[in-house]
Amino acid sequence: MPRRARILSRAAGLRAYFEEAGARPVETPVLQPAETLLDLYGEDIRGRAYVTWDALRGELMLRPDFTVPVVQMHMTHGAEPARYTYSGEVFRRQEHDPDRDNEYIQVGYEVFDRADPAAADAEVFTLIAGTLSGLHLRAATGDIGILMAAVAGLETTGARKSALMRHIWRPRRFRALLDRYSGRAPVPGARAALLASADPMAGAGPQIGLRSRADIEARIEALRADAAAPPISEREMTALEALLAVRETLPFALEHLRDVAVDLPQITPALDRLEARIAALAARGVDVEHLEFEASYGRTSMEYYDGFVFGFYAATRADLPPVATGGRYDALTRALGDGSEIPAVGGVLRPGVMLTLEEAAQ
Amino acid sequence: MSVKLGVPSKGRLMDKTFDWFEKRGIRLSRTGSDREYSGAVEGIGGVSLVLLSAGEIPRELAAGRIHMGVTGTDLVQEKLPRWEQQVEEIAPLGFGQADLILAVPGCWVDVDTLDDLDAAAAAFRARHGFRLRIATKYHRLVRDFLTDAGVADYQLVDSQGATEGTVRNETAEAIADITSTGETLRANHLKILGDGLVLRSQATLWRSRVAQCDAAEKQALDALLKRVEG
Repeated sequence: MPRRARILSRAAGLRAYFEEAGARPVETPVLQPAETLLDLYGEDIRGRAYVTWDALRGELMLRPDFTVPVVQMHMTHGAEPARYTYSGEVFRRQEHDPDRDNEYIQVGYEVFDRADPAAADAEVFTLIAGTLSGLHLRAATGDIGILMAAVAGLETTGARKSALMRHIWRPRRFRALLDRYSGRAPVPGARAALLASADPMAGAGPQIGLRSRADIEARIEALRADAAAPPISEREMTALEALLAVRETLPFALEHLRDVAVDLPQITPALDRLEARIAALAARGVDVEHLEFEASYGRTSMEYYDGFVFGFYAATRADLPPVATGGRYDALTRALGDGSEIPAVGGVLRPGVMLTLEEAAQ
Repeated sequence: MSVKLGVPSKGRLMDKTFDWFEKRGIRLSRTGSDREYSGAVEGIGGVSLVLLSAGEIPRELAAGRIHMGVTGTDLVQEKLPRWEQQVEEIAPLGFGQADLILAVPGCWVDVDTLDDLDAAAAAFRARHGFRLRIATKYHRLVRDFLTDAGVADYQLVDSQGATEGTVRNETAEAIADITSTGETLRANHLKILGDGLVLRSQATLWRSRVAQCDAAEKQALDALLKRVEG
């Protein structure tokens, strides 16, 4: 059988397995309206997705993943609770690495259920893990919700917290903001001069463009307010750094994070959710004593996840993309839900990578 | 066949390229009428001149249709993904210097760095309902630069010419363009961000890593390289 046929047949088997587990099979269009994806991910998505165009519908993208269209479908006419599975091609523009596929088959499983998020997290993780036994993969887990809770509860201004929250998924900008808000990085010269000036708009030259004088004055006001606010404390900064550095097996990670919660009590509810998830995983037979947890996991590549995140990797094949990834994306249902929202968690498998590993093992 | 050398087909870039080769004893010239893009090479054997638009030279190098070519670093890096693997830099030519920069209106007294631009973009989107527009023709370079810097809530809008005018015309809020002296920017009431240098570019001689050579061409290419590298 040619390789593509083998991948498709493998994908069909995986989809049937998810159907057996209670999921309803769904299809989504390959062409997705670009506007939705651009609103969610910003201009960066153009570097990762193929864009096309027609005069009637405007810009369209070749589906870079299933999650967004499946969430949209569920939010417009899904009944609750719901479990979906799908199998099909996704397209990823590859401009830096010709060895990475720009078109491949994904099989996914998504759960929309309000009842017991910890159980739903464990359900998705174990169902996916169940398809991967024998491949000798390394599982990585994390929880972006803990960092988000830490930021939301910092003893600082709302403006700072929303700026940090906006950059949770861009670690470098997040770090630069933290350094500035804590006073670790010096105020840039131009900023200091602007704040010291009695009339910052003097000598500004003619007002051109759509960003109005009122826009500029509003930002100067915001900068003044920020300069007057006390820095984020050394205690909170040290605790945040300790949080971000946690990387151990689950039980030890939880213990460490409980220590961090002495200085960042706002993360306690998120840690209770982590503890419930560990129990739910253990109840489903997962060896949690040896499961890795990394607090920073999923911050760079998984933009819509805002809680539990996981991935399965071939430890000896760093050249291969992850075999499976997934996580919780409650915030995405809010962004696409037009006023409604629902807790949601899911994951995807790459049957092509599974086959590559199986063939290499033979 | 002969080794093909691609050179910009008109203007100062062509003249200065001709001067640069002349100093190395290779005389390049256009032949025929002013409108005909054919050329002659004297002072070295086995090399033929191909006159092309500077913007097409990167693609021709990457396709292996020319062995060597002169064009700007900006065009090579914008047009060729993984450009290091497709072309090799032989010599910077010392002219055609230009910087690809990010510029905003001078009246944005609150914006001097990428950090400011990011914050201004977030506020702009909240207030105006769409992402702050940056006009450019260097989409890849600018997007990679802004991604790397962690700037969000902007969009790139295409501008193939007169980019400095887009802010005044309200089709963009900021621009990313090539500038050599900054005069056009100032005339259009724009200022460069302090950390807004995307790329320093100059006219450069490149060698294709993929163009095929037979024995005679290999000999001619080695002779040419020896003259221009020395």
